[in-house]
Amino acid sequence: MTVPSRPGGGSAPWLYLAPALVVLGALLAYPIYQLGLISLFRYTQAQVSGGEPTVFLGFGNYAELFGDGQFWQVLLATVFFAAACVVSTLAVGCALAVLLTRVRALPRLALMLAALGAWATPAVTGSTVWLFLFDPDFGPVNRVLGIGDHSWTYGRGSAFLLVLLEVVWCSFPFVMVTVYAGIRAVPAEVLEAAALDGASQWRIWRSVLAPMLRPVLTVVTIQSVIWDFKVFTQIYVMTNGGGIAGQNLVLNVYAYQQAFASSEYGLGSAIGVVTLLILLAVTLGYLRLLRRQGEDL
Amino acid sequence: MNPVRRRVRRPWRLAAEASALLTALVVAFPLYWMVLGAFKPAGEIESAEPRPWTASPSLDSFRRVFGQQEFGRYFVNSLVVACSVVVVSALIAFLAATAVTRFRFRFRTTLLIMFLVAQTVPVEALTIPLFFLMRDFGQLNTLGSLILPHIAFSLPFAIWMLRGFVKAVPETLEEAAYIDGASRARFLWQILFPLVLPGLVATSVFSFISAWNDFLFAKSFIISDMSRSTLPMALLVFFKPDEPDWGGVMAASTVMTIPVLVFFVLVQRRLVSGLGGAVKD
Repeated sequence: MTVPSRPGGGSAPWLYLAPALVVLGALLAYPIYQLGLISLFRYTQAQVSGGEPTVFLGFGNYAELFGDGQFWQVLLATVFFAAACVVSTLAVGCALAVLLTRVRALPRLALMLAALGAWATPAVTGSTVWLFLFDPDFGPVNRVLGIGDHSWTYGRGSAFLLVLLEVVWCSFPFVMVTVYAGIRAVPAEVLEAAALDGASQWRIWRSVLAPMLRPVLTVVTIQSVIWDFKVFTQIYVMTNGGGIAGQNLVLNVYAYQQAFASSEYGLGSAIGVVTLLILLAVTLGYLRLLRRQGEDL
Repeated sequence: MNPVRRRVRRPWRLAAEASALLTALVVAFPLYWMVLGAFKPAGEIESAEPRPWTASPSLDSFRRVFGQQEFGRYFVNSLVVACSVVVVSALIAFLAATAVTRFRFRFRTTLLIMFLVAQTVPVEALTIPLFFLMRDFGQLNTLGSLILPHIAFSLPFAIWMLRGFVKAVPETLEEAAYIDGASRARFLWQILFPLVLPGLVATSVFSFISAWNDFLFAKSFIISDMSRSTLPMALLVFFKPDEPDWGGVMAASTVMTIPVLVFFVLVQRRLVSGLGGAVKD
């Protein structure tokens, strides 16, 4: 039997890819196409039940959206909230990863296990537990801080802060574990050589570790941006569907509420398309940056 | 020994260890409070002076949770959904990751970029078209309507992560296998698959979690047949915004968190090395 020529492989790679492409095509690409399509129509309960014909609006839904003050407010809130989540998660995750390399086995195990516990907690449970912790009547946090029955979900800022804390709590472990694994993968000889050459701790960090960790940091940053921009469950559960008068809405929840609560499927889809485009722009921007730095895919 | 570590002076190390332990306590506290809340008797959980212990643990909250209509069934439903997603997406992702790492072909880079871009797709926005898709195929109110989308949404990340593991298997091994007369299928399933298995386990954590945690699809696609509902929906029954039954919520949360914790503890080692492997390549 001849050795199959590796580089090309003929149809073999496509055979291997077939199941993935079929599933992704049917349940990801096609729904995206549908999302775009629905966003161009007037599509409400009447059209769903077949009572009225669907009306082609062109970019009417988008025009309505961009003319709506609430949309811009939600968009702004989403960007700020996601940015705050990403920065806090990365800061906490990286700091703790470094801390992990400085301690002996027992404290390391303790921190690792606690982090895995937070990571493993389902978003719905995490949300309810954090709400309970900050409950104005029965929660321990208000007692410890001595602020009586102050309600965290009442004010816009404090509600966002509460959700942010929960998001950071459940997403810093991924960053911590990944960055820690990345630091451990740096060969000891490299660090030893740097130390022998008289480099200071800071210098070793800046000139040796940081560049070697850049691929790792890029991965965790992209993932955090993608995840935090799409936060849904936490906002939905903790602020009861977007907060008082929708003050804590983010794009994702806004789209869902428009579609399923107000039966404005066309408008909801238009918000979905906008969210998709923003995330696409961020990801593609990152990819270009990566390739310019000479990273290979 | 790592010289960075060796040069840390003793007082500093003690300070670092103290803060590590303190952080561990803070991070673990919500989980502790959840389990504690599940075991507290009704009078203690809704008290204005919450205490971090309980003198008289009770199973009342758990009884209430399991006494709720068909809670056991929701649990099984969640398990069926999560396990199907894990197995199917692991197999599909393994094949796809093999294709993009062990072959060079046209559109390979394009595909890789598409797998990355696919991860950015907001699942929640796609609920709208998926709802219509499921309706048209008569899949509303079935577990399939929860399994299928989750397979699709967990695939891109799984493929992306598995690349590192497949790449780590030396190519000489593959050549040796072919020279010894192994067919491509034989190499794939009897040599490559067992070697990549640890990576598959690490990857499956993510698909398991996303499927287990899902409450949006369950909320949107299981609209009338509640016997097909899943755990997150059951939990929210106790969670009425105005007067939540905190004991019930904490007990249901505990029941829902434990399977994931068990899964995590089982794959913990592989997860850490797996993430290291996936990003090192």
